[in-house]
Amino acid sequence: MTGIHYSKAINKDRRTFLKGASGLAGAAFLSSLGWSVTRAEAAEGVLRVVPQADLRTLDPVFTTAQITANHAHMIYDMLFAMNDELEPQPQMIGDYSVSDDGLTYQFTLRDGLKFHDGSDVTAQDCVASIKRWSQTRTEGGLMMERADSLEADDEKSFTLQLSEPFGMVLLALANPVLPCVIMREEDAQKAASEQVETTVGSGPFIFVDDEWDPGHKVVYRRNPDYVPREEPANGLAGGKVVNVERVEWLYIPDSGTAVQALQAGEVDMLEFPSHDKLPALDSDPNIAVKVIDPVGYQGMLRMNTLIHPFDHPKARQALLYLVQTQQQDYLSAMIGAPDYERVCLSPFICGSPSESEAGLEQFEGDEDPFEVARKLFEEAGYDGRPVVFMDPTDQNLMHLMSLVAADHLRRAGVEVELQAQDWSTLTSRRPIKEGPEEDRGGWHIFPTWWPGFTMQNPITNVPLDTSCDGDNWYGWPCDEQLEELRVTYANAQGDEERQEIMDGLQTRFFESVPYVHVGQFFRPVAYVEDRVSGVVGQQSPAFWNIEKS
Amino acid sequence: MFSYIVQRLLATIPVMGVVALVVFSLLYFSPGDPATIIAGDMASEEDVREIREQMGLDQPYFVRFGTWIGGVLQGDLGTSIFTNRPVADLIMQRLEPTVALTVSTMIVAVALAVPLGIIAAWKAGTAIDRIVMGFAVLGFSVPVFVIAYTLILIFSVWLEVLPVQGYVSITEGFLPFVQHLILPSLALGAVFAALIARITRASMLEVLSQDYVRTAKSKGLNQKEVLLRHALKNAAVPIVTIIGIGVALLIGGVVITETVFAIPGLGRLTVDAILRRDYPIIQGVILLFSFVYVFINLLVDVSYCFFDPRIRY
Repeated sequence: MTGIHYSKAINKDRRTFLKGASGLAGAAFLSSLGWSVTRAEAAEGVLRVVPQADLRTLDPVFTTAQITANHAHMIYDMLFAMNDELEPQPQMIGDYSVSDDGLTYQFTLRDGLKFHDGSDVTAQDCVASIKRWSQTRTEGGLMMERADSLEADDEKSFTLQLSEPFGMVLLALANPVLPCVIMREEDAQKAASEQVETTVGSGPFIFVDDEWDPGHKVVYRRNPDYVPREEPANGLAGGKVVNVERVEWLYIPDSGTAVQALQAGEVDMLEFPSHDKLPALDSDPNIAVKVIDPVGYQGMLRMNTLIHPFDHPKARQALLYLVQTQQQDYLSAMIGAPDYERVCLSPFICGSPSESEAGLEQFEGDEDPFEVARKLFEEAGYDGRPVVFMDPTDQNLMHLMSLVAADHLRRAGVEVELQAQDWSTLTSRRPIKEGPEEDRGGWHIFPTWWPGFTMQNPITNVPLDTSCDGDNWYGWPCDEQLEELRVTYANAQGDEERQEIMDGLQTRFFESVPYVHVGQFFRPVAYVEDRVSGVVGQQSPAFWNIEKS
Repeated sequence: MFSYIVQRLLATIPVMGVVALVVFSLLYFSPGDPATIIAGDMASEEDVREIREQMGLDQPYFVRFGTWIGGVLQGDLGTSIFTNRPVADLIMQRLEPTVALTVSTMIVAVALAVPLGIIAAWKAGTAIDRIVMGFAVLGFSVPVFVIAYTLILIFSVWLEVLPVQGYVSITEGFLPFVQHLILPSLALGAVFAALIARITRASMLEVLSQDYVRTAKSKGLNQKEVLLRHALKNAAVPIVTIIGIGVALLIGGVVITETVFAIPGLGRLTVDAILRRDYPIIQGVILLFSFVYVFINLLVDVSYCFFDPRIRY
């Protein structure tokens, strides 16, 4: 008998004993009161899901929160959607054409598209929605900068006329993380900085407003008027055929309780079970654990490049070297599950079309990483002043990343002041540009993580923006050469040209180091195997195509 | 008595005013920015700035306090920064689960603790006393979440007789309502049962050594009558006081219990609001909690008159 089997046998014996003994006092008493065993009955046509986070804001243009993007995929539809191969596919669009010079895009909506209020989806709605979305989304902004016009031709067709080629039009419109969803024209005319308060989309589900209990429950019901595409579901593309009457998102903040609720059958699916619970779920024969996101997530350390020592590229290179040569340490601490983590030295996501080999050899030597980093810090003129590291202790992955990084920095001779705080405090300190000596809220490093889909594309990769206007993302790196390469990517036509630019970008990235990437990890979805089938999705599971028995 | 109650109720007005000022100031001066959380991690500084301006979060202290307190005086607690819903509605939505959990917890705690405390005092120094006090120390020492997980493991996962999580309103059926409250009430009630049991025992011991109890015994009254009619009533003042304090302390305990058992109550609403700096919700809930504290203290003070006729207001 193997150790595992032996241990299972003991568990079985213990359970049997407890059921027999305590059950006499407890279960029998409760049963005598007419209370049946509470293993939840599979409610017919209702899919109960524990979402990754609490839905707080309903407008996917107003916020970049991922849970709001997931909500948007439920109630809104998109012109294009990404399949599993990260290729944009028509979704609301029936036909489209691109002129030979790549400057004119003509789109025609497919038949049968209706908003939840019964009105038809028109080209005017699409034009207004694209314009609102482009106000806050980098790729949308770049597209519209190059646009001479974006106008409706008739009720179902519209044309985008560009002044110069922009090879990312379809990719941008299909972005699943910051989605360009189609709202009614009257909603889309609101400024992007103001929240749209209605929830009228044309997607496969309808938001049940009077059952929304923020912090607890979100309810969607099937949209009976939705006309899905005929192609099979693939990623977020293909036919969005809804097989359940209702989807309930039940937010359970405690990860242990969420797992026990799944095992007890009280819920059907956990969107993102925490990594430390995965061994328990993997070993449960009733639970399926599946990775649906091909590119996962990427950890990141961001430095304040305006102040000493990280204003010097050598200091940033030192931190980069420390992390890249010891990525496995970070992943083991943060994830600790080999099936769901991947050492990835390319900052542009392994397994994505942008992955590059350029410059990776520098991390493959057998030199002592702490000595290499120590020398680089010396070359940067590091003077021994404490480096303030903001550690968000309420965010487990980031907290663990901070602990490992602080230890590595100390071993490389850096004086680290690890400041524990909650994520809210960190985000309010993050905009402070001055150092800790000038401003008590000043900082040198903070951790975060990003969806791999966003990071693999230089245009949607927000922290890669190194424009020197001081308005780029916190940390404010300035590198005109890197920025020029990044913008060139937007103009590239064809995969070969894109790959060439990616190689150049990666080489320059390692010299300039706008941020330090910390491995790649995956967040699987877990569900009751004999009850749920047909799970598709991309960054997160989609709730169409799922059948519940 | 009536004028005393009116006086005490009027005295709550300045108390609430001070609470409002302190809470608002603490939140205003503590770090954290809801605009950055609303905008999300991928938003630019410009996006965050626009949201902050649009929500009036860039206004000076006095303007924001004036706007908020003006609304409160008109019965408007404001609107949640994140969900755009009235704070009063959110509080009402969450009030029932918390009240149900608090009441059921106190019922469990008092029903267990008072008899156990009396028995321990009656059998002081015996094995029964030591066992009861041993359980009291255990209940007092083990954190609520450990008790909660243990109960879930035994009753929900192994025995499958009670639900792991959630809350069902009493309007949806009494049995499921009770089913969903048993484990949270036991988990949260353990610490209060321990506290009340110890106080009951100590008060009873003190009373049982009084001359009038000895007299009652020598008159030939039976044990039950001595304990319940003579001793317990005279020992009741500290017990009622600790129960009153316990209700107030429960507000802290429900936060953990509601989180572990995924009960959508006020505790979770508060913690979620604190973590994302949803100021109107935090302010509204703390005002409510403060009022509950004051009101419970008033009830406790009034109840002294019943247990001790010498007390007059």
